[in-house]
Amino acid sequence: MDFRLSQDQRDLVRGIRELLAGRFGRDALRAAVDEPGRLDRGLWKELGDAGLFALRLPEDEGGVGLGLPEAVLLFEEAGRWLVPGPLVATHGAAGSVPGAAEGLTVVTEVSGEGLVPWLDAADVVRGDATGAVAVRSVDPLTPLHRVPGAGGWAPEAVLLTAAEQVGTAAWATEAAVSHARQREQFGQVIGGFQAVKHLCAGMLVRTELARAAVHGAAVTGDPVEIAGAKLLADEAAVANARDCLQVHGGMGFTWEADVHLHLKRAWVRAALVLPGDRAAEEVAAAL
Amino acid sequence: MDLAYSDAEEEFRGRLREWLAAELPRLPERPDPLDWPGRRAYDCGWQRRLYDAGYGHVHWDASPTQRLIFLEETERAGAPYVGANFVGLLHAGPTIAAEGTPEQRARWLEPVLRGDEVWCQGFSEPGAGSDLASLRTRAVRDGDAYVVTGQKIWTSHAEVADWCELLVRTDPDGPRHRGISWLALPMDAPGVTVRPLRTLAGSTEFAELFLDEVRVPVANRVGEENDGWRVTMVTLSFERGTAFVGEVVACRRLLGELARTARENGRWDDPALRRRLGRLSAGFLALWRLTQRNVSEAQATGGVPGVGGSVFKLHYSHARQELYDTAAEVLGPDALDLGREWNLDRLSSLSYTIAAGTSQIQRNIVAERILGLPKGR
Ligand SMILES: Cc1cc2nc3c(=O)[nH]c(=O)nc-3n(C[C@H](O)[C@H](O)[C@H](O)COP(=O)(O)OP(=O)(O)OC[C@H]3O[C@@H](n4cnc5c(N)ncnc54)[C@H](O)[C@@H]3O)c2cc1C
Repeated sequence: MDFRLSQDQRDLVRGIRELLAGRFGRDALRAAVDEPGRLDRGLWKELGDAGLFALRLPEDEGGVGLGLPEAVLLFEEAGRWLVPGPLVATHGAAGSVPGAAEGLTVVTEVSGEGLVPWLDAADVVRGDATGAVAVRSVDPLTPLHRVPGAGGWAPEAVLLTAAEQVGTAAWATEAAVSHARQREQFGQVIGGFQAVKHLCAGMLVRTELARAAVHGAAVTGDPVEIAGAKLLADEAAVANARDCLQVHGGMGFTWEADVHLHLKRAWVRAALVLPGDRAAEEVAAAL
Repeated sequence: MDLAYSDAEEEFRGRLREWLAAELPRLPERPDPLDWPGRRAYDCGWQRRLYDAGYGHVHWDASPTQRLIFLEETERAGAPYVGANFVGLLHAGPTIAAEGTPEQRARWLEPVLRGDEVWCQGFSEPGAGSDLASLRTRAVRDGDAYVVTGQKIWTSHAEVADWCELLVRTDPDGPRHRGISWLALPMDAPGVTVRPLRTLAGSTEFAELFLDEVRVPVANRVGEENDGWRVTMVTLSFERGTAFVGEVVACRRLLGELARTARENGRWDDPALRRRLGRLSAGFLALWRLTQRNVSEAQATGGVPGVGGSVFKLHYSHARQELYDTAAEVLGPDALDLGREWNLDRLSSLSYTIAAGTSQIQRNIVAERILGLPKGR
């Protein structure tokens, strides 16, 4: 047993991080916010070329041949950078929907809660979306439709969504800490105030716990462990985004700061795929 | 990211499981939690059985992975936990193993492993709890001995201990952190007085320790003179990093029992309670995964656990308290009956966010040493 990341896994993370930093940095993120509903097909293709969608397809089917542990690492990064689009559904469709693996086709899915993200931008919709009605989405980067019927959740989709939540939890911790080290009040940086420090420490604890849960579930693939990981990751993402906003003070409450984008996305991910109460029920049922 | 145990480790698990199945039915009943001498005898007896069967060393010499398996299997089988041997096995012993001279290791480790000697921890003082470095107990060098005078408090298991890992001030004039030394104090030395303190659970699990010109041989000092703060950090990293790990497995077992009870007494029909149990269960499983990661990291860097222990302890201590609060909900009026061991454990768990460094202190550690935020007041 060695539960640390292997060298290959660390390299994989570095690769996607470099790609996203170059291709979807802060300017690109803000540009995307200014053009709601438009999906960047060029980026989609680049993510496909980087293996995000084909990651778990066997090599003889044109995939990368890696497993869930590697997938959660990539999705944590995608979550951290707030990459828009139905990434999880497209990843899940690789191998069965032509073009999905390569990032040429955008695939969305009717979620278990009767919501469909990115319906208008998608090329392929899995599940029954008849009667879909547009919703004014809380997240400017996730257009939503409501549909009458509802579906279930594939455990792997639950886990990858949880991984994205860990990305937000980690981003929020880092953003709060970096702000706390710069912003001065009362003649000192606010990070020296214990009330602020303790908020930040709490954020780290939530992140690490959720990350350990997601990594563990990725290795075992156990559906109950996956449900538990989603539960903890949702809590970490939402609570950390809120605490991050608090640490940013008035600045955090503005549209210009990115904090609200992370909080809103965390809410959407929490509600779209195996929401908290259901996840808690799944874990409890196994007791 | 690999959670698979090797064949050799799985073989170790299999042998241990068989041994536990044969041994546990032969164990006597554990004495009442208020009977510390009885508990000492019982806990040491169990440690002796482990030793004789070749498992006495598992907390130190075995690979960290074997230790995890040991904790999983002993908890799963409902075997006794370390009890009165907590300090000796889980942090004084590991400190001596890491920092002691060959003679010190030869003198002190074996008796702990055999269950012959029990240790306690004399760190805190009435005026030095969280601010441990402000401790005042003095040790003045006199030939080949230190003459120690002062007072310690909240010393767990002091009533039944043979040795105490004692922090003393050997240089009253130097900087606070620089004038401290780490000594092994024999509890039967003249001048040592133990006055039991009653905890809110009604137990005398800790005590006040009065030291009046106690002579402690210089040879009992672990680490250099005035370098005791560094040694203390090693002790604390074991205490916070690995000492509570086994209890996580225990919590998962307790959760299973609680769910059974709730299904029997009808409270399982309450969705809020069910979900609370589900959330707790997810948290304890995650804590186990966090442990596996911390152990993997410690194994890779060669021994002493890192600050990840503070991350673990912060979540664990709160989760454990919530577990008992949820248990009280499941048990209903039975939660007020101290005749049930559950409820005594619930009272004891109130200390988890205080002992071994309060949650506030752990948050400072996480913020300063992991996140790099400035030190402040
Ligand atoms: C059951 C139990 C067993 C124990 N066993 C042992 C033992 O075997 N050996 C031993 O040496 N000690 C032992 N202790 C003592 C324990 O280590 C101390 O109680 C603990 O470190 C806290 O110190 P204190 O009690 O002096 O509280 P204080 O330090 O007085 O703290 C009181 C409150 O103030 C807060 N506080 C203090 N400083 C800060 C700060 N800088 N920032 C924010 N908040 C702060 C604390 O978090 C706490 O809430 C035990 C305690 C308990 C409860």
